[in-house]
Amino acid sequence: MRYIANLVNADKMAGRTRKYKVIFSPQKFYACEMVLEEEGIYGDVSCDEWAFSLLPLDVDLLSMELPEFFRDYFLEGDQCWINTVAQALHLLSTLYGPFPNCYGIGRCAKMSHELWRKLEEEEDGETKGRRPEIGHVFLLDRDVDFVTALCSQVVYEGLVDDTFRVKCGSVDFGPEVTSSDKSLKVLLNAEDKVFNEIRNEHFSNVFGFLSQKARNLQAQYDRRRGMDIKQMKNFVSQELKGLKQEHRLLSLHIGACESIMKKKTKQDFQELIKTEHALLEGFSIRESTNYIEEHIDRQVSPIESLRLMCLLSITENGLIPKDYRSLKTQYLQSYGPEHLLTFSNLRRAGLLTEQAPGDTLTAMESKVSKLVTDKAAGKITDAFSSLAKRSNFRAISKKLNLIPRVDGEYDLKVPRDMAYVFSGAYVPLSCRIIEQVLERQSWQGLDEVVRLLNCSELAFTDMTKEDKASSESLRLILVVFLGGCTFSEISALRFLGREKGYRFIFLTTAVTNSVRLMEAMSEVKA
Amino acid sequence: MNRTKGDEEEYWNSSKFKAFTFDDEDDELSQLKESKRAVNSLRDFVDDDDDDDDLERVSWSGEPVGRRTRPGSFQSLSDALSDTPAKSYAPELGRPKGEYRDYSNDWSPSDTVRRLRKGKVCSLERFRSLQDKLQLLEEAVSMHDGNVITAVLIFLKRTLSKEILFRELEVRQVALRHLIHFLKEIGDQKLLLDLFRFLDRTEELALTHYREHLNIQDPEKRKEFLKTCIGLPFSAEDSAHIQDHYTLLERQIIIEANDRHLESAGQTEIFRKHPRKASILNMPLVTTLFYSCFYHYTEAEGTFSSPVNLKKTFKIPEKQYVLTALAARAKLRAWHDVDALFTTKNWLGYTKKRAPIGFHRVVEILHKNSAPVQILQEYVNLVEDVDTKLNLATKFRCHDVVIDTCRDLKDRQQLLAYRSKVDKGSAEEEKIDAVLSSSQIRWKN
Repeated sequence: MRYIANLVNADKMAGRTRKYKVIFSPQKFYACEMVLEEEGIYGDVSCDEWAFSLLPLDVDLLSMELPEFFRDYFLEGDQCWINTVAQALHLLSTLYGPFPNCYGIGRCAKMSHELWRKLEEEEDGETKGRRPEIGHVFLLDRDVDFVTALCSQVVYEGLVDDTFRVKCGSVDFGPEVTSSDKSLKVLLNAEDKVFNEIRNEHFSNVFGFLSQKARNLQAQYDRRRGMDIKQMKNFVSQELKGLKQEHRLLSLHIGACESIMKKKTKQDFQELIKTEHALLEGFSIRESTNYIEEHIDRQVSPIESLRLMCLLSITENGLIPKDYRSLKTQYLQSYGPEHLLTFSNLRRAGLLTEQAPGDTLTAMESKVSKLVTDKAAGKITDAFSSLAKRSNFRAISKKLNLIPRVDGEYDLKVPRDMAYVFSGAYVPLSCRIIEQVLERQSWQGLDEVVRLLNCSELAFTDMTKEDKASSESLRLILVVFLGGCTFSEISALRFLGREKGYRFIFLTTAVTNSVRLMEAMSEVKA
Repeated sequence: MNRTKGDEEEYWNSSKFKAFTFDDEDDELSQLKESKRAVNSLRDFVDDDDDDDDLERVSWSGEPVGRRTRPGSFQSLSDALSDTPAKSYAPELGRPKGEYRDYSNDWSPSDTVRRLRKGKVCSLERFRSLQDKLQLLEEAVSMHDGNVITAVLIFLKRTLSKEILFRELEVRQVALRHLIHFLKEIGDQKLLLDLFRFLDRTEELALTHYREHLNIQDPEKRKEFLKTCIGLPFSAEDSAHIQDHYTLLERQIIIEANDRHLESAGQTEIFRKHPRKASILNMPLVTTLFYSCFYHYTEAEGTFSSPVNLKKTFKIPEKQYVLTALAARAKLRAWHDVDALFTTKNWLGYTKKRAPIGFHRVVEILHKNSAPVQILQEYVNLVEDVDTKLNLATKFRCHDVVIDTCRDLKDRQQLLAYRSKVDKGSAEEEKIDAVLSSSQIRWKN
């Protein structure tokens, strides 16, 4: 806003008269209006709103394209986007009928749901009597499962995102991928037939699949050798275009795979994954900590080092004070002292914390208790309990069987559970929660898990008696990720869908991955 | 004015809203003559009453009615209508003239908040008492919409003293969070710091102050600013980090000035051979150390730019120091320096090589810098773990090490496999053959 104000005021000073229009998307905030007024340009600009809330990135993926949601809500506690989410849900419910079953977990999920219900009440009558097309809605806060978002991805789509950075469903492939001197922007969705077949596959399968496809393609091309004129004509008019298209896509994806392989070998990806798995499973913690320390010392990558520290912190309920101090000091020495601010952010968001010795907790307690008044008692205990939040990952992991016990090799070609998205080492927590709740059609039997997730009072069910719901619609589930969702989670749930006969539709505030999460928390401008 | 159906019902059904207008020609009025009559009959009860505040005057469309006379002076009105020549100019004791509300907008807090959520124009001015303000805030918070909460806070910030505002927000966590974020977004540093001071959130106070340094580009000014951060109420560890930050920048400014001078003078070999690609200002400590090991390796401890000085001042751990020095010297292909890093003399005067970082790491760095095979070989040999040693030796084609290790392990298969990889007729092939045919070795496979 200030930037715009400066432009306008500069024009005014220079005596230039212009017309200005500011278009706010998805909506204008009161704070923006305030700044316009303060800067004296309120009357000079006309404001429009472009209420663009949902971008279909694919046949089953809707994005609100709000990457700032994560930082605004989970770091700053600003609820400015909750209305936007409620509006999006409202839009979907007017289009696809009422949602008979609604589940959710997390504070943001609860608030969004409440506001959405208020919206529905205010503008009722639009959905009454309609046949529901989507049987279930599931709302999830990102902070219910940070671990999954922090892991390195190994399904093809996730790997492409981690390596090349997918933006709005498309990716920029550089010359090393396109095998030419030009870069190419490629749309990655179900329309790309080649991509669609490999997107959810574990990377180890992809290369083999692509080479097979390349051989098939070559065989088809070769058919033309034995053709007569008529057949050739037919071939050229009907098939060639398709083959050429397929060929183009194939070579692109093969190029991408090669590029990924090269980068990963250079990074010593094997060692990295080994460390991640150790952290997830709870083995060799000391070695993993040493690995992270070395990673920092070598100045490998500020974002990667941070991500590993956060993974360690969350899986271990915080770093032991000695490690926290030492790793922090080394990080500041390797990547810059100003990252002191980054560490403060991570601590506030609960991503990188120190194990609290008993004393620290009581000191906090006495400080906070001074502030308690009758009226606000509930609110203070809320705030305080978030200070004392522990991660409890290991307990949750055990209860939900997130680490599969494998006899022999885990077959990645024919996956048997959602853990395949992480090479068989770990079932994404978020996906497991969804699976369990859908099976039970409630939170029954999951009380302990909910408590361990620090979500007591924040897990809810909202069922409206809906006789009109067809069995078809009951198999369709809308999953809403508040704060972002990863391609790994999408792949895992697509798998679950195939297994259980569900179809999932994903609505996310933005597509995310570990890099974006860390960048959002980093205070330092690159 | 756009109102939803619900709003309209409420409006009309609410007893608060009584409407009349002097303008009898208004067509819409004719439909509601009954109410109009009822309202007009109340006029007499309305004068100078304390209940005046509850009475709103609006036309049917809801627009404020332009007043021809003031409600409080019906006396003068009736006088005027009855054509009485006598006019009263004496000052009357009554409510302040401005207090007669002559515009609509009497939405309740919950209605106001609902309007705000929809983005509608809504003046909050009427919420003047502290109680009303707080009630409005409460409604906003229970609506969950951050935009609305912020809108209310903007209003409160403007109409409450900061002490009162802070005091009330101290016990309202959600609203407090929104205020803090809002102040950050609009850059009201001063108020933000006041707020943290009031809340006794000393650490956040310190961090917010420190954050400002990112906006200062000039190195000298930034250095001065950092100095002011040193006494702030950081935690003990963070205080040390801040001190280090200041000291680091201070040194970097000195080194930068000195080196730029040396470089332009053109007399120093190292700068001629390897011109600097970037300034050292604001670089992390490890990068600065690398730079120092690159350009100032041999300097004595006394100078600001010597590596040893940096190590001492910032208490750089041995591991980190060796790693960085190795990287720098390897880049310069100064193999003797590399040697010296790892060579220690034991008490009997024998030299021995040791490394705090693991020799496999050393080998990787040497390889990255294209060290000659002889050097590489020497360090591969020092790797303790045999499997790692063999892997690295094979990877980097250190033939002697591979051969010797296979021999020590009595692993014939491994050796045979390696033989197929070496060049035909080479010296190493010969050596392998010699070892393979040795009768002294009891191969295990």
